[in-house]
Amino acid sequence: MNFWDFLGSRHQQLLADAYQHASAVFQCMVVATLIGVLIGVLTYRSDWAGNVATLSTSAILTIPSLAMIGLLIPILGLGVPPTVTALTLYGLLPIVRNSIVGLRGVDPALVDAAKGIGMSRPARLLRVELPLAWPPILTGIRVSTQMLMGIAAIAAYASGPGLGNEIFRGIASLGSKNALNQVLAGTLGIIVLALLFDAAYVLLGRLTIPRGIRV
Amino acid sequence: MSETSVSGSGSGSGSSSGSSSGSVSDDNRGEASGGTTGATIELESLTKRYPGNPQPAVENVSMEIKAGETVIFVGPSGCGKSTTLKMINRLIEPSGGRIRINGEDVTDIDPVKLRRKVGYAIQSSGLFPHMTVAQNIALVPKMIGWSKARIRDRVEEMLDLVGLDAGEFHSRYPRQLSGGQQQRVGVARALAADPPVLLMDEPFGAVDPITRDHLQDELIRLQHELHKTIVFVTHDFDEAIKLGDRIAVLRERSHIAQFDTPEAILTNPADDFVSGFVGAGAALKRLNLTRVRDVGITDYPTVTVEDPLQDIFDRLRESGTNEILLLDRRGRPYKWLRRGDLMRARGSLARAGTLVHDTVTRDATLRDALEAVLTDNAGRVAVTGRRGTYEGVVDMETLMNSVHELLEADRLDALEHQHDLEETRATQTHTEQEGFGEVGGRA
Repeated sequence: MNFWDFLGSRHQQLLADAYQHASAVFQCMVVATLIGVLIGVLTYRSDWAGNVATLSTSAILTIPSLAMIGLLIPILGLGVPPTVTALTLYGLLPIVRNSIVGLRGVDPALVDAAKGIGMSRPARLLRVELPLAWPPILTGIRVSTQMLMGIAAIAAYASGPGLGNEIFRGIASLGSKNALNQVLAGTLGIIVLALLFDAAYVLLGRLTIPRGIRV
Repeated sequence: MSETSVSGSGSGSGSSSGSSSGSVSDDNRGEASGGTTGATIELESLTKRYPGNPQPAVENVSMEIKAGETVIFVGPSGCGKSTTLKMINRLIEPSGGRIRINGEDVTDIDPVKLRRKVGYAIQSSGLFPHMTVAQNIALVPKMIGWSKARIRDRVEEMLDLVGLDAGEFHSRYPRQLSGGQQQRVGVARALAADPPVLLMDEPFGAVDPITRDHLQDELIRLQHELHKTIVFVTHDFDEAIKLGDRIAVLRERSHIAQFDTPEAILTNPADDFVSGFVGAGAALKRLNLTRVRDVGITDYPTVTVEDPLQDIFDRLRESGTNEILLLDRRGRPYKWLRRGDLMRARGSLARAGTLVHDTVTRDATLRDALEAVLTDNAGRVAVTGRRGTYEGVVDMETLMNSVHELLEADRLDALEHQHDLEETRATQTHTEQEGFGEVGGRA
């Protein structure tokens, strides 16, 4: 059975896995974005807090993903909970770092002007600082998503959802006639998903970055 | 009802300040469309200390600014002039002293509320790059809860006021504007909610000299229409002379070296520090103090491009002058037409005559006018009003006569002043400054 026949016969299973993969990454990204931007907003004004936030999120990233999921299984059990937790934690670093860099990069004169015309602290943040920091934050989200696409495959180790299942099944049955096809289908599926997400981010950028600051 | 107000806790310094605060905002609301004119500003021993620094950055500044007056803070860099300005809208919280606007003590009220009543324009305009021109201008009116329709009208009005075409600039982004245009929008935004007070922190510091000159003229014209109380910070003494009703020359820690009219500072600097700051060429700088509006503008025969050629010929023939001024469709000076020009160009208006390359406004200083007249090969310059429409012409002769009169009047003033000074010294009073201020006031 060549690869195309394999795809033809298994396309339903593959599509279901791909859908689950995408949906897991998407949901984790939403949570990671909310938490990441919040951490950024809370810490960017102090050198010390900002550094702690960046350092601790990058410390998380250095934990091997297999080990992370392995460590989470005894606490959260198998399946979706350890997957979501691990992906969200991994997704934080680029978002936290870019939020902090983006918010700190807003021209102080503009913040001064916003204050001077009588904008309250929340108004300044929501109407001036966050919109201006949005392009770097969006870049962080993009990087994060690319990363999570790959890491999400490991979730299959904890019986999580996604294309990782194809890859793991293939590796487990190495030598059998469809083993290679399975690994290949899972990997290519992840790449295709990653590209689709990236395209979606480009579109999102066009829609959400105001024309005045688009480069 | 009184207990439910959230802002009440912010301005809880006393019942009297609360009630006067109400009256200020009522005034605002009532006359917003007609325009709120200036409010008085009183600074009372204002001081700013930074922790870890034994010397205060600003020490004991007391000053009274009259309603509708333009006061310039001028001084060397680092003298605390900007800090003093920022303490008026409490972008920098004073460590001591009081600030009163229109008699109301604003030292302890909610700074956000205070700033909405005080316009603020800064260097490099401070426009938000992610918002359109209209959105930038609409910010403050929106925050204080104006209706959509009112905001829309106001944005148009403000763009018109600062001389930008509303249709063209309304939905542009700041980066699509030149530096000068950005600065105009910055001023429009500062004035959008019709605050009685406008603070300007080196607003024209980052634009090229020619644009700066135009912006200064515009500001003078604006102030003639609006009568706001303007506090303006600059390190450029020429700018101070040009714009200020009164100038506060500040030295280190914002100590006031002299606070007087430009004429008085030029003709009678209080000490070496001030005269050092005034610099050389005080007589030439004096030309900056008189404006084209103060000298005679002569009327000139004009025609417009829409007039039939025959009329233009007739006007040329019957006018006593050798040439006439051709105006474009919007009434702006377009070309100087000499006799014979039309003949030579075979009746084509497009080719005849010489283009008008320089004009001055009524608010331009005599120095600008002199400059323009000197560079013009025929020794005259067209004076324009709002949107560049033709108003008249100033020529060399008018200028020379006015300058002559001006210098003569100054000489008399100085003599009188000398006399006064001797008198005051004789009577042993300590009111030299006031005595001078009255004599040296604008003629």
